[in-house]
Amino acid sequence: MSASLVDQLETGLDAPICLTWELTYACNLACVHCLSSSGRRDPRELTTAECMAVIDELERMQVFYINIGGGEPTVRRDFWDLVDYAVAHRVGVKFSTNGSRITAERALWLAQSDYLDVQVSLDGATPEVNDVIRGPGSYATAILAMERLADAGFTGLKLSVVVTRENVPQLDEFKALADLYDAQLRITRLRPSGRGADVWDRLHPTQEQQRELYEWLLANGDDVLTGDSFFHLSGYGAPLPGLNLCGAGRVVCLIDPVGDVYACPFVIHDEFRAGNVRAPGGFARVWRESELFTDLRQPQSTGACVSCGLFDKCRGGCMAAKFFTGLPLDGPDPECVLGHGESLLATRGDAPVPKPSVDMSRRPPSRACDESPLTILHAR
Amino acid sequence: MACAASTDLLDRGWRVAPQVAVRPEPFGALIYHFGTRRLTFLKSRPLFDVVASLEQHDTAREACCAAGVPEQELPRYERALITLAGAGMIVTADEP
Repeated sequence: MSASLVDQLETGLDAPICLTWELTYACNLACVHCLSSSGRRDPRELTTAECMAVIDELERMQVFYINIGGGEPTVRRDFWDLVDYAVAHRVGVKFSTNGSRITAERALWLAQSDYLDVQVSLDGATPEVNDVIRGPGSYATAILAMERLADAGFTGLKLSVVVTRENVPQLDEFKALADLYDAQLRITRLRPSGRGADVWDRLHPTQEQQRELYEWLLANGDDVLTGDSFFHLSGYGAPLPGLNLCGAGRVVCLIDPVGDVYACPFVIHDEFRAGNVRAPGGFARVWRESELFTDLRQPQSTGACVSCGLFDKCRGGCMAAKFFTGLPLDGPDPECVLGHGESLLATRGDAPVPKPSVDMSRRPPSRACDESPLTILHAR
Repeated sequence: MACAASTDLLDRGWRVAPQVAVRPEPFGALIYHFGTRRLTFLKSRPLFDVVASLEQHDTAREACCAAGVPEQELPRYERALITLAGAGMIVTADEP
């Protein structure tokens, strides 16, 4: 990827390349690292008609595809209708699911569409590792869903894994599992977002594992999707495949279940809320005119990283990872390959870290507070 | 004729594939294939002009000329079009 294109992308696009849309906060699981702190449905959720109006807008803006997540999006009663509607309007859909609603009939229905990708989430290549994170029985549920999709002849299946300290040793097993169901493996970074903040310290890969992960990604190249989420590791050597930049508000964003638009799926916090699709001008106005997104598209201060020789590779890492670990946004990523983030974390002490603005977890509220592919080809 | 130097690709008619969408952007354009899910960056505005107007011209060469591509740049554009054809983004005009 040429530096000039990255520079161009950092100044923003007329529409997002890729948009994540969490359709509901409702979920039948309670994964310990849920980035959106999902569990209960928010009664203010966008209605079917409102969702369709957003899809119309995305079609006009030529957003080629959307990543639908949640919560568990399939628990929405109108979910399949919305998928149908998006595809009919030339907005491709990739949706993430824990697999619990993928019946044999549904798998056949899904197999009929060319514009649909299904991403089944699994965070361990064995039930022992997975179910600790995603809950008892969740491994079996996901495997059954993949089996049904494969049996139905579905193409475009992805096996989606959040990389943790526990599953780094299973990377090859995940790859084999994906191959077994004719799926593509997609692995993404664990962020301290949502409930992820509660477990990040003990579950994020160790420095040694990050190196291992980087080598593994290099070796597997374009065969493994990453949502470009490991660009902070590019400082180890050759850049990883994909867009090596933070796309928040520049090439990606998030629409949450109530229509709030955030800079990326991992920063559900007031500070990164750009607006709401229900406001006049809709999503397009938020994307094109919001103060937050306009700011994000300006040259950013690089603070402590400015003199680092690796900055051109890691671009300072992930904004969300810094924000929710209480690190300055213009400093190193908490997983900086040179260890600068770790040193900063060590000096952070007991200073309070920001909490997400939304918490729909099905658990008693805590006392303190209540709360991405891309295949690229160079046509030149 | 302003643009000489005959090559196979440039002298055939092309169009954007039916499953492909092209979106102009300040840096050029994004081109997306709904079938392969492949996204490609067209990193110059003239390249976008060429791709978007392929269908209106009998040959890719004519599309380049009409978009004001200088002759010495033609090989570069040809290479870009070869890449796009290889990815199924553009197809020959006679393909169904």
